[in-house]
Amino acid sequence: MHPAFSVVFLTTLIGAGQGLFLALFTVESYAAFGLLPTQSSDFYAVGSALALVLLILGLVASFFHLGHPERAWRAAAQWRTSWLSREVIVLPAFMGMVFLYGVAHWFGFNPVFAQLPSGAPVNLTAVLGSVAWVLAFALYICTGMIYACLRFLREWYTPLTVINYVLLGGASGFSLGAALAAAQAPDVMPLLAGWALIITFLGLIGRSATLIRNARLKPKSTLQTALGIKHPQIVQKTMGLMGGSFNTREFFHGQKPALLRSVKWVFLVTAFLVPMVLLGMGLSMAAGGVLLLAFVIQYLGLLAERWFFFAQSNHPQNLYYQSVA
Amino acid sequence: MTQLALVIDLNVCVGCHACVTNCKEWNTSGAAGPMVDMNPYGKDPTGTFFNRVQTFEVGEFPNTETVHFPKSCLHCEEPPCVPVCPTGASYKRKEDGIVLVDYDKCIGCKYCSWACPYGARELDEQQRVMKKCTLCVDRIYDTTMTAEERRPACVRACPTSARLFGDIHDPESEVAKAIRENGGYPLMPEWGTQPANHYLPRRKTKLRIREDELERADNPLKIDQQLPKPGKSEPSLDDVTSW
Repeated sequence: MHPAFSVVFLTTLIGAGQGLFLALFTVESYAAFGLLPTQSSDFYAVGSALALVLLILGLVASFFHLGHPERAWRAAAQWRTSWLSREVIVLPAFMGMVFLYGVAHWFGFNPVFAQLPSGAPVNLTAVLGSVAWVLAFALYICTGMIYACLRFLREWYTPLTVINYVLLGGASGFSLGAALAAAQAPDVMPLLAGWALIITFLGLIGRSATLIRNARLKPKSTLQTALGIKHPQIVQKTMGLMGGSFNTREFFHGQKPALLRSVKWVFLVTAFLVPMVLLGMGLSMAAGGVLLLAFVIQYLGLLAERWFFFAQSNHPQNLYYQSVA
Repeated sequence: MTQLALVIDLNVCVGCHACVTNCKEWNTSGAAGPMVDMNPYGKDPTGTFFNRVQTFEVGEFPNTETVHFPKSCLHCEEPPCVPVCPTGASYKRKEDGIVLVDYDKCIGCKYCSWACPYGARELDEQQRVMKKCTLCVDRIYDTTMTAEERRPACVRACPTSARLFGDIHDPESEVAKAIRENGGYPLMPEWGTQPANHYLPRRKTKLRIREDELERADNPLKIDQQLPKPGKSEPSLDDVTSW
């Protein structure tokens, strides 16, 4: 497939935004059960604003993917069958909940509705946060399933695709959360940096598992099934056009296999190994700058990862477009 | 239930691209707007087509065969492109099984083209919407035309009658018979998309002549050698006819 930068930015930005919100709500949940000291509402408000900025940037990026952005509202229609439609509904819903969550914290408007048997308060931000927490995971699943449901794009047609969207988005979000905590709430920095380290490591396992799986894939469609001609030797002489078409532009990344291989190693190092080292350093030295650097490098690494995710996928229609003349 | 479809005979197609040009001519002139031609006289001309004819070489020299392969939307009975459409712009008509795109609803997200294993959908670079073969839906129901004309433009154009059009669910139709009697097959059956369009395979056209058909086994000359010569006094043909 040809990696569209609109979609590369959309998926990485909203993934990090969701992850950042999950990091914030993790802190609030720990604090609600008395496992952590209560944090200032500024930390949550600034964090929510940052998450919202990432989500908005992702949404803006997504519009560059559309031929008719002014009709984007129509995309909410087919939620019964289309994961893309579901994402189009869940993304704004999640953004709205993050906005309300941040506003409630910013103004300190946090009435307590009930008390859990353990004594933990059920307040407004806990309710809003819980709904947003569900929506964050729903959004990860929608984003992942957009790719994982296409059964003939076999590199994507695996539960690992959804798992990786959760883990990689979560990893980058928690890294950013750790950097934010270092500046705003040093008490919780070790918790978030620790989780960022763990999720990044799980992400490395998940992504490596996908790479190993995809390296062993055998194509299900061949020129023989594409043409229905049972002969081992078939060569395309012409694709019926000379100057290229949508089919030659959309489904081929147009890069040499060597570049693809090097991008794979680049993202394995920059999205996982370097951030893990930096997160470990930031955790031990309590250095916010190092944590921020970990997030920035990890995000750049995830851009490479997402580019590779699209480029590696081999569409069966390419069988019909092998030779110009 | 009706399922309109094309049946394409690979044994007959000569790869002349008449179906491609006639398809483009008809569909670019329709109410749905033109099918763009970008840079038509430049270095890399490109444009939207509903139908392409590709050419493949099968076998190893000198035992090769050239196969011309027309490819358009197959109007699958289980179209994978339809459920993924977020807007409902892509749909399959219940009454005749044609898969269509509503160009006024399409947002140009290209997701349906990812979901089609055949590469049958092309994004129009000018109108920024997804386009595909309509089986000339604006033609086949046009009662101002004669019955002969109410067929897809590609079928009308084909000089070798390699393209047949009809309802594959009607066992008595020309297309159903062609599929049944000539080994018609769908493309990429492994995905379960159940393409409505079928292809008829290449067949070796062989004339089977037995030895005894070349030389008459019951030739009396063979049995009796030469006919006995009539005697000089026997009546000849000249004696029994008169003019």
